[in-house]
Amino acid sequence: MNSNQDTIAAISTGTGSAGIGIIRISGPDAVGTAASLFVSATGKDLRTAEASKMYYGRIRNPQDDSVIDEVLIVKMNGPHSYTAEDVVEINCHGGIVPTRRILELVLAQGVRHADPGEFTKRAFLNGRIDLTQAESVMDVITAKSEKALEISVGQLSGSLRDKIREIDSQIIDMLVLIESNLDYPEYEIEQLTNEKITSGIENARTLAQKILEYGRNSYLMREGVRTAIIGKPNVGKSSLLNLLLGEERAIVTDIPGTTRDVIHEAILIGDIPFVITDTAGIRETEDQVEKIGVERSLSAAESADLILFLRDASKDLDDDEAAVIGTLDRNKTIFIANKSDKAEDVSRETNWNYISVKTGEGIEDLKERMSRAVTGGSVEGSGNAVMLNERQENLLRQTIQRLDDARRAIDDGLSAEFYSVDLTEAGETLRQITGESLGEDVLDTIFERFCIGK
Amino acid sequence: MEYQAGDFDVIVIGAGHAGCEAALAAARKGLETLLLTINLDSVAMMPCNPAIGGTGKGQLVREIDALGGEMGRNIDATMIQVKMLNTGKGPAVHSLRAQADKKAYQQRMKEVIEHQEHLILRQQEAVELTAENGRITGVKVRTGAVYGCGACVIATGTYLKGKIFIGDVSYDGGPNGLFPAEELSGSLKDLGFPLQRFKTGTPARVDKKSLDFTKMIVQPGDEKIVPFSFENDRIDIEQVPCWLTYTNPEAHQIIMDNLDRSPLYTGDVTGIGPRYCPSIETKVMRFADKNRHQIFIEPEGLNTNEMYVQGMSSCLPEDVQIAVYRCVPGMEDVEFMRSAYAIEYDCIYPTDLTASLESKRIAGLFFAGQINGTSGYEEAGAQGIVAGINAADYVLGQEPLILSRADGYTGVLIDDIITKGTLEPYRMMTSRAEYRLLLRQDNADQRLTPLGREQGLISDERWEHFLAKQKQIDEEIYRLKHLIVKPGEASAKILESLSASPLQNGISFEELLRRPEITYENSRGLDPERPELSEWVTQQVEVRIKYDGYIKKQLQQVERFKKLERKRLPEQIDYSDIKGLRIEAAEKLTEIRPATMGQASRISGVSPADISVIQIYLESLKK
Repeated sequence: MNSNQDTIAAISTGTGSAGIGIIRISGPDAVGTAASLFVSATGKDLRTAEASKMYYGRIRNPQDDSVIDEVLIVKMNGPHSYTAEDVVEINCHGGIVPTRRILELVLAQGVRHADPGEFTKRAFLNGRIDLTQAESVMDVITAKSEKALEISVGQLSGSLRDKIREIDSQIIDMLVLIESNLDYPEYEIEQLTNEKITSGIENARTLAQKILEYGRNSYLMREGVRTAIIGKPNVGKSSLLNLLLGEERAIVTDIPGTTRDVIHEAILIGDIPFVITDTAGIRETEDQVEKIGVERSLSAAESADLILFLRDASKDLDDDEAAVIGTLDRNKTIFIANKSDKAEDVSRETNWNYISVKTGEGIEDLKERMSRAVTGGSVEGSGNAVMLNERQENLLRQTIQRLDDARRAIDDGLSAEFYSVDLTEAGETLRQITGESLGEDVLDTIFERFCIGK
Repeated sequence: MEYQAGDFDVIVIGAGHAGCEAALAAARKGLETLLLTINLDSVAMMPCNPAIGGTGKGQLVREIDALGGEMGRNIDATMIQVKMLNTGKGPAVHSLRAQADKKAYQQRMKEVIEHQEHLILRQQEAVELTAENGRITGVKVRTGAVYGCGACVIATGTYLKGKIFIGDVSYDGGPNGLFPAEELSGSLKDLGFPLQRFKTGTPARVDKKSLDFTKMIVQPGDEKIVPFSFENDRIDIEQVPCWLTYTNPEAHQIIMDNLDRSPLYTGDVTGIGPRYCPSIETKVMRFADKNRHQIFIEPEGLNTNEMYVQGMSSCLPEDVQIAVYRCVPGMEDVEFMRSAYAIEYDCIYPTDLTASLESKRIAGLFFAGQINGTSGYEEAGAQGIVAGINAADYVLGQEPLILSRADGYTGVLIDDIITKGTLEPYRMMTSRAEYRLLLRQDNADQRLTPLGREQGLISDERWEHFLAKQKQIDEEIYRLKHLIVKPGEASAKILESLSASPLQNGISFEELLRRPEITYENSRGLDPERPELSEWVTQQVEVRIKYDGYIKKQLQQVERFKKLERKRLPEQIDYSDIKGLRIEAAEKLTEIRPATMGQASRISGVSPADISVIQIYLESLKK
C-alpha cells in the first residue's frame, strides 16, 4: 500500500435508489475525518467502532454544532476495502442537497476531492484489482474524466457559461494588470493599485457566490428538473418513462393531483433529480376530450425545464410532428427517435438520439445527454436557476477560497507577486470547470492590451 | 583540401553569450575545449541593447553566477550604470539591470577565455558536423580543417543563413555587419533537424553630439550599486545616465505614410518576431490610439559617441528611419552611425532537445542560445552554462545537470522550450516562473551554488565563503526566533517612531519582524545585541522571516510538483500501445517524448486522466 497517498472523497452514488446518497472517503485520514463529524446514536466513537458494521447517527458540523442529516456509516480498514486503504462510507437518505453538504464538510477538513476514476486507480495501484484488468481500469479513468470534462466551454451554454466566463475574465484582468506591472515596471501602462485588485476580487467573489447560491437554492436541485416527454401516441413515451425508472430502480412518487393523462415521476440520473411528466399523445384532433389532453401536453412542454421529444424512427416525421417541433425551444429539447431496432436500415440523422425502449439501445447515452443538458447549462430553469454538479460546485468553492487568500494578502500589506500566487490558483481552479488551462492566456492578453517591449 | 587539425573533448561553435559560458564551463571542468567563432572581434558581442539584466533576466544572470559562470562577474567589471528594478515591490521581483560598456564587456570576456586553461579560442567558420552511429564525432570548418570531438555545443545565435532587412534593401548578413554562416544549416538538416525561421530587430545607433539632451529626461542609476556576482561585495564606479524622450504624432504619421515600404508589411520578412520587442512601426500600427511611445537613449560605452535608441527598432527604409527619428524631441538633428535593421535566421525546434539541452537525434550534440528559439543575452548565457556542463559530463560519462522549474529560472526556461516549443523568440519574464517567490535573485546561490560545486565550477575559497554565509543566516534566524521583545516604555517609544502599535505581551523578534511596518534595519534599536553582518546575510534573514507564510505555501506546491517530476518515463515507451490513452495525447507524447511524468503533464493536450492512464500502464508493466 502506498503510504504517501492523501485522503480523497467523493459522492459515489451513481445509480441505485434515488433517495440515498453515499459519500466515500478513502485514505489514511478517512476514519479520523469521519469520526470528527459523526455523532453515533449509541455514543460510539467511529475510531474504536467495529469495522464493516453499520452505525446509525448524525452528521454534525463541528463549527456550529448544526445537524446536517441522519446517516448510516460504515468503516472498512485497509486492506479489506475497495481501495485497500482505510475507507469510510456515509449513507445519507435526505437526497442530493444534504449529500453534497456532507461532502463539503468532509472536504473542509482538508480532504481532497477525488479525481474522476481515482478510487478505481487506487484500487489497482494498491493491488486490489487484478493485473489482467489494467486495461479496463484505464478505460474507467478515461471514460469518467471525459464525462467530467464533456462540459467544456463549447458545451457549457446559457447563463452558467456566461457567469463562469465573467468570473474568469475578472481574474484574468487582475492577473494581466499585476503581471504587466511586475514584468514591465518602466513602461507607461495602466497602473496597478490595491484598490483595483480588491474591487476585482470582490466582483469575482460575488459572482461565484451567486452561482453557488443559485445552484443550492434553485428548485431544480430541491425539486428536480421538470422534464416533459412529448410525442404522438404509440411512439413509446410510457415505455421510455418506465425504462428510465426501471433502470434507475428509482422511487416512484405519486404526486397527488396528477391527472390520468399527465403523470409525474421523480428519478435521479447521476446526482441530478428529474421530475418526468408523461403526457398524452400529440396530434391535431376534433375530439373534444382528446383536445384537452393535447393542449395540456403542449403546455407541459412549455413550462418544462427540459423536453424529451419522441418520435418513431421507422416512420418519417409527419406534419403534426413538424408543426410541434416548430413551437419547441430547441435549447431545452432533446430529440429522440425510438424503435431504432425496427429502423436499422434507415440512415440516422445527427441531431436525433436513436434509442430502442425494447432492446435498451441508446438509453445510457440518453441519460448522459439529460444530465449534461442540466449541468452544461442548457436547462436554465426560471429565475436564474442554474444547476451545478458536485464537481463544479466544489471547484467554485475552492475558487472563492483562493480569492479570499488573495484578499488577506492585500490586507496584510503584501505586494502583488504574493497575491498573484492566490489569484493564479483561483484562475486555474475555475478553469477546471471548463476543462481549459490558464496556460499562456495571461501573457497573450498582456501583449494584446499593452504596448510594451524595447 | 581537408586536413586533420586535432581532437578535442568538447567543441563549442559560436562565441556569443551562450558559447562563452559553455566553453568556459567545459574547460573549467578540465576538458580540452575548442571555441570556434566566425570573427574573433565578435566574442561576447552585444548586437542589440547595451544592457545586462532586467526583470526575469537579472535572475538568470544571478543563476549563471551561482553555478560558477562568467556573465555576472563580467558585467560587474564593465558596468557603467546600474538599477535595481521593482524595488517598490517584494524581493521576489527585484531585478537587477546594468548598462554595459559594450567594448569593455567583450574585451574582458575575451581575456578571461584566453587565459582559461584547457580552452583554445579560434576564428573559424564551422560548416559541417560529422556523426557516426548517431553520435557526434567532429566539426569541419571552412578552411578545410577537421576537428574531432567527443561532444559539441551549437551556439550560433542569429548567424545561420542570416538575412538583413532595411526597408526594401535586403542582403545576406550576420548581426552588426558581420558575415552570416551559410553552410551549417544544411548540415543540421542532413542530420535530420527540421529548422524554423525567426526574426529580430535592433534600432539605430546615433551620434551623441547630434542629440539635445536638454529636451530629454535624465535617467540616472541607483545611488547604491548592487553587484550581480555573489563574489563581489561592492562596486565603486562613476555612473553615466540614460535619457528618456518620446515619439509624437508627427513621427507616427511618417511611419504610416511609408508602411508600404516596410518588409514587415509587404510580406518580405517571413520570420516570426517577438511580441515583446515590437518594432516602432508595429507599435504605431497596433496601438493607433497611443499618441506617444517611450524612447530611452542609452550609451554604448564610455569611449564612444554611439548611443542606442531603445524603443525605435525598425526595418523601415533608411531615409524613413532618419525622418522618423528626427521628429523626436532632442533628436531633431540626429546623425545615424548605424541604421536600424531586422535580421532573419534559422533555428531548431527546441522540442528536439532533452532537459540537458542534448539533442534527441544525435548523442553528444548540444544546443544553446538563439539557435534554440530564445532571445536575449541572459537566456543564452543560462543555456550556455548548462549545455557546457552537460557536454563535459557526457564526455566524462557522468550524469547530466538537470535544473527543474523549482531550481531556477534557468530550469523554467529550458523546460518551457523543450516541452512546449516556442512560436516566437522566447524571452524570460518573472510571470513564467510559477514558484517565483522561491526563485529570487537574492537566493540564487542557495539554490544553485551547491550544484555548481558538484560540477567542479566553484572554487574552494568561494565554497567556504558560501558555507559561512549560510551558517550566519541560520544562526541569525535562530537568534531572532529566541529573542523576546518585552512590552514597556522603551520598546513602545521605538515602535511609535516607526508608526507601529506598542506590544501587549512579549513576542519573539521573529514575530515582530513579520509586521509590515518593521524592517530588519529600522528595528535595530530594539535589538542592541545584534551582530555585525553583511547585507547579503541580513537580506536573507529578513526575507525568510517576513515572507515565511507564502514561502511555505510555495514549498508545498513544489512538493506536489516534485512527486510527478521524480517519476521517470522509460525511453522506449510506445504511447500508441497504451489503450485508453486518447489519440491526441498519444501523438503529443510520441512527438515530445518527455523524460518524466511531470514533463508529460505540462504538454498541452495531455490531461490529468492521461497521466493516470500512463501510471496504470507503467504499473502493469512492473508487476
